[in-house]
Amino acid sequence: METTQNNDMLIRINELHYSRGSRSILEGVDIEIPRGKITTIMGPSGCGKTTLLRLIGGQLKPRSGSVSVDGQIVPRLNNHDLYQLRKRMGMMFQSGALFTHLTVFENVAFPIREHTHLTEDLIRTLVLMKLEAVGLRGARDLYPAELSGGMSRRIALARAIALDPMLMMYDEPFTGQDPITVGVIMKLIRLLNDSLGMTTVIVSHDVQEVSAISDRLYMIADGKVVGEGSPKTLQQSKTESVYQFMHALPDGPVPFHYPAVPFEQDLLQDIAI
Amino acid sequence: MMNWFQGLGHSSLLLFERLGRAATFQIQVLLSLPSLFKQPRLLVQELYSIGVLSLAIVVISGLTVGMVLGLQMYNTLIDFGSEDSLGPVVALSLVRELGPVLTALLFSGRAGSAVTAEIGLMKATDQLSVMEMMAVDPVKRVVAPRYLAGVISMPLLAAMFSAVGILGSYMVGVGLLGVDDGAFWSQMQDKVSLDGDIFNGIIKSFAFGLVASWIAVFEGYDAVPTTEGVSRATTRTVVHTAFAVLGLDFILTAIMFGDN
Repeated sequence: METTQNNDMLIRINELHYSRGSRSILEGVDIEIPRGKITTIMGPSGCGKTTLLRLIGGQLKPRSGSVSVDGQIVPRLNNHDLYQLRKRMGMMFQSGALFTHLTVFENVAFPIREHTHLTEDLIRTLVLMKLEAVGLRGARDLYPAELSGGMSRRIALARAIALDPMLMMYDEPFTGQDPITVGVIMKLIRLLNDSLGMTTVIVSHDVQEVSAISDRLYMIADGKVVGEGSPKTLQQSKTESVYQFMHALPDGPVPFHYPAVPFEQDLLQDIAI
Repeated sequence: MMNWFQGLGHSSLLLFERLGRAATFQIQVLLSLPSLFKQPRLLVQELYSIGVLSLAIVVISGLTVGMVLGLQMYNTLIDFGSEDSLGPVVALSLVRELGPVLTALLFSGRAGSAVTAEIGLMKATDQLSVMEMMAVDPVKRVVAPRYLAGVISMPLLAAMFSAVGILGSYMVGVGLLGVDDGAFWSQMQDKVSLDGDIFNGIIKSFAFGLVASWIAVFEGYDAVPTTEGVSRATTRTVVHTAFAVLGLDFILTAIMFGDN
């Protein structure tokens, strides 16, 4: 039974603790990401969602706890093994992070050139296929500076799937995009996940969008998982912090105000001086 | 008073921590250099942008420095009736000192600052992170070619600076002020030794190239990934390189020419 469970789950995160300096970001997070599904990690800004992606990708080391991807304990991997594992991962950064000195074509060709010895003809075919998948084959000769925000993300997506990874991670894919681009990216995420048989992890705080495409949601607040389940389960959750987030309430367990001394005391202090 | 000591101790700790990071980074870069044999194209690209594109500023500066040096030296030497010694005086000044030092300072202002800004901006815009996630080591792919290109370019640029400087002083001394053509070259040939002067000059420029390139790539890679952080890192590259080159120049000069 244990073996079957292990095979079903591509990523297992157990009792994960992570701190930045003296500030604790994650405090005992447990998450399981099933193979072939779209799982979204939600939570308010600054709750450690992007940090979690970087911990899965091995760019950060946890204080304690474990992160395993496809049976490999990521923090224990040496550099060589970590890089081998990353060849099977794709990540789309919030900013797109395209190489500004390369054209769209060369950006998508970059991982193929780095990790394969394919001929130029084959590389061209592969790149055009990936660009066609994101609908930007016609933009192949443009530079990143000539692209809109939405186009940049789609190119970043084409580059991330260039080597057909088993795991695709998206960091805030919808933030700052117009409704049409959001719709396009949503469609692409679902389509690529299903047609390429990959596992998808999305980090986002866009409730409507991720609810529409995710198979499973996790919600993080105050460094802990406060809710998990299908989008419907979380929509109906009565847990205070989940309810506040899912229904976009301005105040609640996640406070509107950053911690401070009482306002009255702050004002009177000025007068006293 | 206590606060002052605390501040001093804190600053010292930060300084040593940073020096330690810089040393570790230098080792990491040196270990990455063999990977360039697999992708020599990366080195060639950087040799062009760091070396070839610095040629204009080095040639123009070398020419003007040589011309000024020729003029100033002539005015002093003529008082002693030794204006025929203009050739060796200018050549020794350039080959031993001014060539390597001024080229290193120009190199840091033109290429070193650009390298720092480029690497720092790549860091600030997640381009280095995305490279890591694509299983491409940014130290091998981005840092190592720039570092090695700097180390190779510096001695060549310094040689170019000295050669053009000598030509500039020749134009002024022989062309304008009437120093004897034959005396200019023959005395230079007689007084400037290959192993004592030229070779030591090359060693100096090579050492400056190592230091300037090290500072440039480290400052970029270690930059705080914000607009202000990259701006400060770029400034630090120019300032720290200037201090390091001038300090190192004194040490190397004392070792090479101290007992003459």
